[in-house]
Amino acid sequence: MALLANHVPEAATRVDTARQRQARITGAILIGFAALVALVFAPGMDGDATFRLARFGDTLAVPNLVIPAEPSAYVAAAILAFLGARQFLRGGLRWTSLSLGFGLFLLVATFLVWATAGKSFSLVGMLQATMVRAVPIALGGLAGTLCERVAVVNIAIEGMLLAGAFTGALVGSVAGGVTGLVAAVVIGGIFGFILAALVVTYRMDQIIAGVVINLFVLGLTSYVSSQVFQKYRDLNNAPVFAAKKIPILGDIPVIGPMLFDQNIFVYGALVLVAVATYYLFHTSHGLRARAVGEHPKAADTLGINVYRTRYVNVTLGGMVAGFGGAWFTLGSVGRFDEGMTGGRGYIGLAAMIFGRWHPVGALAAALVFGFADSLQQKLALLQTPIPSEFLAMAPYIATIVLVAGLVGRARAPAADGKPYVKE
Amino acid sequence: MSDPQTDRAALVNALLKRAAPGRAEFEDLFVVPVFAVVAALILGALTMLATDVSLSTIGRSYLALLEGSLGSLGALSETLTAATPLIISGLGLALGFRAGMFNIGAEGQVLMGGMAAVIVGFSFPGMPWAIHLPLAMLGGIVAGGIYAGIAGVLRATTGAHEVISTIMLNLVSYRLLDYLLRQPWIQKSGRADPISESVLPSAELPRLLTWIDPNLRVHAGVFVALAAVGLVWWILFRTRLGFEFRASGESPDAARYAGIRAGLIIVSVMAFAGGLAGLAGANQTLGVLGRATPGFSAGIGFNAISVALLGRSHPVGVLFAGLLFGALEAGGRQMQVDAGVSIDLIAIIQALIIVFIAAPLLVRTIFPWGFRRTWPAKE
Repeated sequence: MALLANHVPEAATRVDTARQRQARITGAILIGFAALVALVFAPGMDGDATFRLARFGDTLAVPNLVIPAEPSAYVAAAILAFLGARQFLRGGLRWTSLSLGFGLFLLVATFLVWATAGKSFSLVGMLQATMVRAVPIALGGLAGTLCERVAVVNIAIEGMLLAGAFTGALVGSVAGGVTGLVAAVVIGGIFGFILAALVVTYRMDQIIAGVVINLFVLGLTSYVSSQVFQKYRDLNNAPVFAAKKIPILGDIPVIGPMLFDQNIFVYGALVLVAVATYYLFHTSHGLRARAVGEHPKAADTLGINVYRTRYVNVTLGGMVAGFGGAWFTLGSVGRFDEGMTGGRGYIGLAAMIFGRWHPVGALAAALVFGFADSLQQKLALLQTPIPSEFLAMAPYIATIVLVAGLVGRARAPAADGKPYVKE
Repeated sequence: MSDPQTDRAALVNALLKRAAPGRAEFEDLFVVPVFAVVAALILGALTMLATDVSLSTIGRSYLALLEGSLGSLGALSETLTAATPLIISGLGLALGFRAGMFNIGAEGQVLMGGMAAVIVGFSFPGMPWAIHLPLAMLGGIVAGGIYAGIAGVLRATTGAHEVISTIMLNLVSYRLLDYLLRQPWIQKSGRADPISESVLPSAELPRLLTWIDPNLRVHAGVFVALAAVGLVWWILFRTRLGFEFRASGESPDAARYAGIRAGLIIVSVMAFAGGLAGLAGANQTLGVLGRATPGFSAGIGFNAISVALLGRSHPVGVLFAGLLFGALEAGGRQMQVDAGVSIDLIAIIQALIIVFIAAPLLVRTIFPWGFRRTWPAKE
């Protein structure tokens, strides 16, 4: 009993200091944002920033959003400083991640106002691009969620995306877009199955297995594209799925073009997120899967087949990633290039952590990354003094900041990353 | 869950097992790699068959692979040149694996280290060789160490997983390199493309065999690699810090109970690993390339992951694994020239080797002969 009494308060303080430190870090980041806005963005901004909210030919024309640049920046700096000071001084409060999220939003909004000051910028086009660019990240994050909920860390998402992209292009060129899409999903499932076999049956280290799958797929696709696609160019010329506007919903201002005037991949991602949420949290299979991820031994005792559950979920995750991979070729350019996924799979993994191992959270996080991604594309048009290389770094730095700012508070499934050996 | 007593016992057992390798250890160390290489070569041949390469070309390409890696003095020189950076950065990663840190960021650290070495290498004209060259290499070590240190500090203070942060740092480093190479004080004067000033002769790693043939590229970096192998071996097995690294990797809980400061270990092991990767980058720019260009790392950082795994995170293992991968690299180039088979095939073979190495159970299933009947006890 004495031992117990000694232990409890100590553990409690440790948890508290960890939370407080987290809150302090968040506070410091937010105050840094405030300084950045007040000292770098606000001075020398003149004129209004005009954001266009309607596209040419929209049935419901919404007037432009006009924001006076300089005053808005100072207001944003003040809010950021307040949020930061509040986090810093009263560490351990709730709403740490909410504050950070809102702070990031404010920072980005101010940045956008700063870049647009005296010019005009199409916010609708930007939001539409955000959605499009969020798709592979959201699907990657969803694939990661499905795997980690059964305690398999899937670093191989990047390779699965790449395999899906490649297969989509190859099969799509030969047999048409829909067949290509199906083939991409199948190949993703195959790699999911291989990952499951390596880590479940052969008890390979999960991170090594993932990294190796990535290296293998990168090597294989590069090899085939240099060996085969160079010679037979028509093998790498797939049709692209066009956007299909959903009748009435597509006419809603701002949201309509973003959600309801897109191609099959955007709709697919939204549907898959909904289905996965239902599956994981509202069906008995999902409950079993989560049990396997939290406490495989207990699940085993209750008669759940741990190995089979892991195989099924990781394979499903692979199929989702394969679908996401097809976006790169069948959903955008129709041809495969070496290493064209460019780290989206890893960002998807970060989106999963940011989204706290929940499909909807992963989608929300993916939208943030999609925004950063499309932002750096569109800003090139506005000709800001920031070098394009630094804009291109934005999504990656955002990933680091978010993972560093949030991971300590997010809780992974308890058995995550550990192989299970049936006794 | 983690009772300190049993954890410490587990730690001692694990370290004892390392000290006195048994038969199972021997099989894992020597038999498995041989089978892995053979299986990977066979699967590589099947890949070629599947992509429309004729049987005779396959035979020719594997002959070229052998000839280009070991067939002549020039081939040996190329093998050593390719192996050197792989060994150095592989050692860094091995150190990390030993301490339970999975650093995927060697590629970015190689880039940052190589870039820093170039900057030091062209910035001090008139400096004597004996000072300039070590200074340039030190620049590479420091830059790589700091760059990896970012991920270490983030892991130690916030718990951000090093796998994600190092991958992101890799992606950032590409852009950073592009940016730096366009800066007027770095970019070669009179050039519009991103390319740096050339390293001064006083900062170059001297080539070793130019007295036989001026085309032989093998350079003094080979000795740097050998010294690094010795140094890492000494640190790992003969110093307190090395013991703490290994203890943290074997059993983090036990290490914490034994009073090892986890945060300090994480940051120092990342800085060490990054420093070695940076040295590998410096080795490339000062010894082989003479300047920095976009993508000069050429995947060294990623191959080094494989080298460290193949070498089972042991300095001597890394040395041999680096030589094997260097030979594959050099031979692969010959293969591309002689048989017209893309060098990307080598990447496939390398990945397959790692699959088999990292999953000994898989190799034992595919090749049941050559191993003892009994399977090793549960890990």
